[in-house]
Amino acid sequence: MAKRIEVSGLHAYYGGVHAIEDISMTIEPRSVTAFIGPSGCGKSTFLRTLNRMHEVIPGARVEGKVMLDDEDLYASSVDPVAVRRVVGMVFQRPNPFPTMSIYDNVAAGLKLNGVRRKSQLDEIVEESLQGANLWNEVKDRLGKPGAGLSGGQQQRLCIARAIAVQPQVMLMDEPCSALDPISTLAIEDLIGKLKSQYTIVIVTHNMQQAARVSDRTAFFNIAGTGQPGKLIEIDDTSKIFTNPEQKATEDYITGRFG
Amino acid sequence: MTSETGVEATAGARHRGATSLRMSTGRAGDKIFVSAARGSGIVVLAIMAAIAVFLVWKAIPALQDNKANFLTAEEWNPNATEPRFGIAQLAFGTIVSSLLAMLIATPIAIGIALFISFYSPRRLASALGYVVDLLAAVPSIVYGLWGLAFLSKHMDGISTFLNDVLGWIPLFGGDSPGKNSIFTASVVLAIMILPIISSITREVFLQVPRANVEAALALGATRWETIRLAVLPYGRSGMIGASMLGLGRAMGETIAVAMVLTYVPGINIHLLENGGATFASNIANSFDEATATGRGALIASGLVLFAITLVINMVARAVVARRKEFV
Repeated sequence: MAKRIEVSGLHAYYGGVHAIEDISMTIEPRSVTAFIGPSGCGKSTFLRTLNRMHEVIPGARVEGKVMLDDEDLYASSVDPVAVRRVVGMVFQRPNPFPTMSIYDNVAAGLKLNGVRRKSQLDEIVEESLQGANLWNEVKDRLGKPGAGLSGGQQQRLCIARAIAVQPQVMLMDEPCSALDPISTLAIEDLIGKLKSQYTIVIVTHNMQQAARVSDRTAFFNIAGTGQPGKLIEIDDTSKIFTNPEQKATEDYITGRFG
Repeated sequence: MTSETGVEATAGARHRGATSLRMSTGRAGDKIFVSAARGSGIVVLAIMAAIAVFLVWKAIPALQDNKANFLTAEEWNPNATEPRFGIAQLAFGTIVSSLLAMLIATPIAIGIALFISFYSPRRLASALGYVVDLLAAVPSIVYGLWGLAFLSKHMDGISTFLNDVLGWIPLFGGDSPGKNSIFTASVVLAIMILPIISSITREVFLQVPRANVEAALALGATRWETIRLAVLPYGRSGMIGASMLGLGRAMGETIAVAMVLTYVPGINIHLLENGGATFASNIANSFDEATATGRGALIASGLVLFAITLVINMVARAVVARRKEFV
């Protein structure tokens, strides 16, 4: 059920600010694609254009094409709400619903999709929590608030919530940046496991992480403050980290700037 | 970004190092500010205490002369040679009209707040928010005039309709639905407390973490589903607190209610019929002609209102504060 994403000529704006310029790339299904680049280079913005979350910010808009297999996400007939049910997202800071139990957090998306039967909900909730490597830690306290878990557990809960609705693509916006190394490792293991089923895109500031978890890596950069972010290159991760085509990529990876 | 803050931090440290260990001049300002703030706090408490003492002091002689039970009697004849008065009718009128006003106003106020916060275009939202807040600034005598001169004349239809359809419920029962009823007063009160409930609710909605809203949106929630998933559960205790603050305000409202209601002695459970009185409306209507005992009696009733409002406000604050726990 994983799908290929093909982006062509994509621009994104915040009001009058041109945030990213003319991005084209192909994201392969059942693989992990990492976005790296300095702060403000537009990689998070670009990620959010892939499930039409960019436009929920007042004044924000997008030009260009994002094809999910053979459907254009920005076609006028497409409902952004439907897009987000197919393209799931995990955020930088764990954001479980604070007033809901662990169970209800995972079931939230299912209920939106009209799943009401308790037995079916139970089954999918367990499946999703197991898929997120969290089941063993929480199975005895499913009724407790999700906000009571540790940061790493909360992030896995958010992943469980996202995979419960069986999306075709999973977007992760620096999912480990608020976590300690052990929780980070748990999430990275999980990403390795999830890629057999999903198309995964991950934004990260941690280059070791990109090298560890991703199959392909895209490097974004900006020419200067106020300039739009651009895609510099995208290639197999091993190539990007050993022998990149562009000088800027090499400079960034070897720590010469950024 | 991290490197920038790092630079600032070292610069700050160097600056502090240079000023040695002597007490800086900022300390005097600190002391003045602390005593001014503490003084203001004490003044507030002192005023509250003084009001309470005054009310009790003035009320005691009248209460001693009272030949009826102050808490349970429905009659209000403190000016007679044998003064007989009790607060039962006033308490009933006050509590029922305010509760009804709260029930009418809260859903509308929450609807307004939701519309302003999540649905309306930004420019309309700020204009609308401003207009709603403006409602709070209209003097209550204007509401009273409007209630008396306009609303009560147009309440006939609604009152008769409610009486016909819901007459089997005692509150809407009775033989002769009228214009100057507790129900009409409640509608006027509802409009008066709408702005406070709406603006506090809006404040609560503004505090809903962006992250929760985005979490719901990213799951594929529509706007209404986002509100149900992320906004309403988060804002629930805030909304309860806001409506209770509105309730407290409705209880103390005087002139608008006094203008709308026509006094008929005795508790009348049929809210659509003319009559009823509240603590505040009774004080406004009878203070001028009251004897010394009569004034004492009114002050005693004011004391009861003071206590009820205090309790309601305390409960409301407690509910609003409780929200902080589960975030």
